[in-house]
Amino acid sequence: MLTFLLRRLISSALVLFFAVSLTFLLTRMLPGGPFDREKTGSARVQEALQEKYKLNGTLWQQYTSYLADLARLDLRVSTKYRDWSVAEILGQKLPASLKLGGIAFVLASTLGVLLGMIAAMHRDTPVDWAAMVGALVAISIPTFITGPFLIAIFALWLRWLPVGGWGSVSHLILPSVCLAAPYIAYVARLMRNSLLDVLRSDFLRTARAKGLTETQAVARHAVKVAILPVVTYLGPLAAHLLTGSMVVESVFNISGAGSLFVNSIQNRDVFPLCGAVIVYCALLVFFNLVVDLLYSLLDKRIRLHA
Amino acid sequence: MPEASTRPASLHRPGGWQSVRRNRPAMLSLGFLSLLALLALLGPPLMPEALKTTSEGAFLPPLSPGAHAPVTHLLGTDKNGQDLCYRLLSGARVSLGVGLSGAAISLVIGTLYGMVSGFAGGRVDALLMRTVDLLYAVPRILFIMIFIAAFDGLLKDAVDGLRLHAQASGWLWLEDTARRLLPYSKIVVMVLSLGLVEWLSMARLIRGQVLVLRELPFVTAARAMGQSGWRILRLHLLPNLSTLILTYLTLTIPAVILDESFLSFLGLGIEDPAASWGSLLKDGAQVINPVESKWWLLAFPAALMSLSLLALNFLGDGLRDAFDPRSGD
Repeated sequence: MLTFLLRRLISSALVLFFAVSLTFLLTRMLPGGPFDREKTGSARVQEALQEKYKLNGTLWQQYTSYLADLARLDLRVSTKYRDWSVAEILGQKLPASLKLGGIAFVLASTLGVLLGMIAAMHRDTPVDWAAMVGALVAISIPTFITGPFLIAIFALWLRWLPVGGWGSVSHLILPSVCLAAPYIAYVARLMRNSLLDVLRSDFLRTARAKGLTETQAVARHAVKVAILPVVTYLGPLAAHLLTGSMVVESVFNISGAGSLFVNSIQNRDVFPLCGAVIVYCALLVFFNLVVDLLYSLLDKRIRLHA
Repeated sequence: MPEASTRPASLHRPGGWQSVRRNRPAMLSLGFLSLLALLALLGPPLMPEALKTTSEGAFLPPLSPGAHAPVTHLLGTDKNGQDLCYRLLSGARVSLGVGLSGAAISLVIGTLYGMVSGFAGGRVDALLMRTVDLLYAVPRILFIMIFIAAFDGLLKDAVDGLRLHAQASGWLWLEDTARRLLPYSKIVVMVLSLGLVEWLSMARLIRGQVLVLRELPFVTAARAMGQSGWRILRLHLLPNLSTLILTYLTLTIPAVILDESFLSFLGLGIEDPAASWGSLLKDGAQVINPVESKWWLLAFPAALMSLSLLALNFLGDGLRDAFDPRSGD
């Protein structure tokens, strides 16, 4: 167990290192620089700015000096929002995205698993059919259509919920439902297919033979096995949801981390971009580790080795 | 999956195509998509000229007559007085075209990568698959944005260079073509960028299937006859992968269309005068407000796009049920 954790720690650090390096190098190689729109566009001003933000010298020098700063846990400052350090930007933008993504994740995992179970246990009935068509519809309609649609119905027409913004609990409902909808559908489909496979297996026939009702057999024996593929999917999903969605945040007018990736590339603002990538990767490797640990808890036959 | 080795021809289950044909939602979807493709290809050239240009009749509701010309705007007009039906069909050309060619590029890369990785095995396989794992760790939107930023300038400069060169040499037709191509260079950029990003899952899938196939007797036989690796891949493995590839092509197309529309919705993709479903939705969302509802500008693109994606997913699901050996019976 200890060696497993240690090896995972090393490989996680490698993934993080690789992702940051790739992001930094690719962004710095793109045409156009962060100071192109300076009003005093003379070469000396450019040079001074580059030196101030430690973007002078060859690409390799910039890269190694950035890595050295990262090793000292210094994420540096934004070249676009001059008075802000990357840590401050993340500290301001992440909480909203974490909250929203967290709610969406809980919705996706619980509702998805429940829906998938119901569909599988009523296989080839109208219940199953309706759940699966509904799931496909939810996957097919992009969030920038569902978002305005939900606003039109619940905010403008029924006036139950606010149009957008941030603050009270009522502000959270529409964006988190909008964010979660396609993933509820993915999880439901995954859970249904996986449970259908398990329901055919021998140990479930034994469970039925010893007198358990179908619901008891599923609850006590089948779910534990059938949920494994869903758990695998949920790991990366958590990282994806928690780092924010640009579309949902812009539709509902929320200041979150979702736009950080796109805006930073547009502005060639390399340090906040790398900061966001670090957060995403850290969440990703963390949740993948949680997935592996959950696996060994759910299925005792699985041994941990990295 | 222990039964895979005892069922070597599992990819070409005899009932595969029949099972697709009996799948009513899948066949209905295929019909819808064929009709849409036909309309998108033939519709715009056959429409009267008056519908294609901008006019003074901005924001006309559906079924209203044109401002000057004797035409009917079936689905209304947009802020420039352009016919929404025409915009929607030319948008369908772009969206479906980007989806199809983007998915095709990702398919070629993914298939080659997966086949080489699975067939080579050992260290090469481990290296190639770890690379895929690492690429998965970087957010997709990042690569897409970086590719767009890298290609966009390059291609625009190239087309503009061609235009200037033609101007200097006095080739009027070439200059004219280059000028008209300029707004469409972004489409090529989108296709390349999305294609270069979407291949990871495909590579994993193909590699998994090649790992199963390469242990089968006919591959051993081919090797014993002295055939080279490439020949075995091309002649013996590729045909056995074809239905799997077709299935995941059908499922990758909606993913690429969704990515393109997402970028265009954010204003990073297709630029005027070209249109895609995403950019039409962006225009529609900009003029929507509770006081004066121009609902048609949002409703029709949303409906057409959602229906098309739904149809593609239904079709892909039907194909997967019929052909993917891992999807169960």
